Amino acid sequence: MKVLKRAYLAVILIFLYAPIVVLIVFSFNEAKSRGVWGGFSLKWYGELFKDRQIIQALYNTLLIAAISAVTATAIGTAAALGINAMRRTPRKVILNLSNIPVMNPDIVTGVSLMLLFLFIVGLIGKGNLGFGTLLMSHITFNIPYVTLSVLPKVRQLDPAIYEAAQDLGAKPFTSFWRVVFPQLLPGIVTGMIFAFTLSLDDFVISFFTTGPGVSNLSIIIYSSAAKRGINPEINALSTFMFVVVLLLLFLINRRDARELKKNKKKEIRT
Amino acid sequence: MKKIFFVLLCVFVAITSSFLSACGKNKEELIFYNWQDYIDPDVVDMFTEETGISVIIEPFDTNESMYIKVKNTGGYDVILPSDYMVQRMVNDGLLEKLDMSKIPNYSHIDDNFKNLYFDPANEYFVPYMWGTVGILYDSTRVYEPIDSWEALWDERYEGEIFMYNSVRDAMTAPLKMLGYSVNTLDAGELDEAAALLIEQKPLVKAYLGEPVKDKMIGGEGIMAVMYSGDAQFCQFENENLVYTIPKEGSNIFVDGLVIPKTAPNKENAMKFIDFLCRPEIAALNSEYLGYSTANRSALELIDPELMENPIFWATDEEIARCEFFEDLGDFRDDFDRVWSEVLIGN
Repeated sequence: MKVLKRAYLAVILIFLYAPIVVLIVFSFNEAKSRGVWGGFSLKWYGELFKDRQIIQALYNTLLIAAISAVTATAIGTAAALGINAMRRTPRKVILNLSNIPVMNPDIVTGVSLMLLFLFIVGLIGKGNLGFGTLLMSHITFNIPYVTLSVLPKVRQLDPAIYEAAQDLGAKPFTSFWRVVFPQLLPGIVTGMIFAFTLSLDDFVISFFTTGPGVSNLSIIIYSSAAKRGINPEINALSTFMFVVVLLLLFLINRRDARELKKNKKKEIRT
Repeated sequence: MKKIFFVLLCVFVAITSSFLSACGKNKEELIFYNWQDYIDPDVVDMFTEETGISVIIEPFDTNESMYIKVKNTGGYDVILPSDYMVQRMVNDGLLEKLDMSKIPNYSHIDDNFKNLYFDPANEYFVPYMWGTVGILYDSTRVYEPIDSWEALWDERYEGEIFMYNSVRDAMTAPLKMLGYSVNTLDAGELDEAAALLIEQKPLVKAYLGEPVKDKMIGGEGIMAVMYSGDAQFCQFENENLVYTIPKEGSNIFVDGLVIPKTAPNKENAMKFIDFLCRPEIAALNSEYLGYSTANRSALELIDPELMENPIFWATDEEIARCEFFEDLGDFRDDFDRVWSEVLIGN
């Protein structure tokens, strides 16, 4: 039985990581094709950092992911608090309304956002789609995901805690910041990471809401598959991003583990 | 209530408009809407160095998605669509008539690519690269050199043949073999072609799209129906592979430069198009991309060894036997129907 359990886990992990391993291996392939192994080489990493178009797109992607994740987290958290404080019927209505964009196919969201932006361009008679509209649409589709990941934490919250803090003399803002916020933090962090990744890999909405001269990585990767085939530079870039994310996760986990240890020691002392 | 709604609308518009990018006329800029990696980056740098105009390349993935963007938004100065899409854009009035006096290098363009069906008077379109659909085969494993679509029906190659997984490209082989047009609107001809494909099915290893390139390079099959640009990539990685345009004729396509009516920098756009028509620049692009250039004068500047390859160059007769894809109108559904019968039938 134990063997079976292990085997099951192994199969799942292989399915998850085999594509990434293949990608990483081929990023070191001297040859341009996946059909042959031309020997180990760092050529594509060199090419990658020389490719202005890809570097600019990487910059756009990261900037948009960061700004949209932070903004959407702030708006989404506020929304979760507000929704929780509502009466039953309006709460249900608002919850369902914010679920629709999650269920909606991306292409519908993308095209309708584009039409909306164009309507406003027509209304004020100047301006064009570009970085700003791309950012706005990323914030828009991220908000419901943040709300949905913070809301359970808000529900778990004991309303008496907030009142207790005020009874003990804390002002409303202080009692939110020092008492409520730390309890919501796990949900908020999950929501923010979720928003960040969603923004990183969105193609459809980005394609329709961006304007001339502004593209992100997913647009470039998707377009390069169309005519000339995926360039191995993209493998190199993906490997690079994978390693950076892995390192970040590793650092965060180690810090968490250390703090956990410290807290335990404190508890034992007191 | 109405007032509140109006105020909210105003706030919404104000917020959104503050995010819109300014679209002033910038003298020193040019936005080029192109396929990803479909121009030599050095050529772009040379243009910037010479004219001081910086070129921003924005990629698209299909003609269709490019069309939606161009139809709805402005801001692109030069676009590089394929033949059939130019027809649609001309019909919709999206394209600016070119001022040929500002594009003197147009004279270098091959006559085969002038006066095409979608631009009979050469008013909108400047040809850039062209290609054909043909057979790529492993010269070490065939019994004799291949020059006809019939090889795809040769039983000696059972299980070693790759077909292209898209309707029109797959139908090209049987239609041309039967001596029909690839743009046929005759249900009888179409059924004959489909019957041939069904007959061929036991010989076919797989119907594939892009991955066929890696399979051919890795030697997993003997022959494949392929676009000439892809074939060049395969040859570069595996020198046993040979590309041929079958003697019955085939499909030919041409991609070219157009200027949309909404272009903010039309003057720069004309300069850029003229620059790309210079023979030495066209030769650089052709060698970088592995596509045939539509620039006749450039052919003399390309490495003569490459010129023996039908990927880079075809005789006028060979080109004449090839046909452009034209829009089939409602008959497209019939093509789709017989193609799905081929895929699911026995």
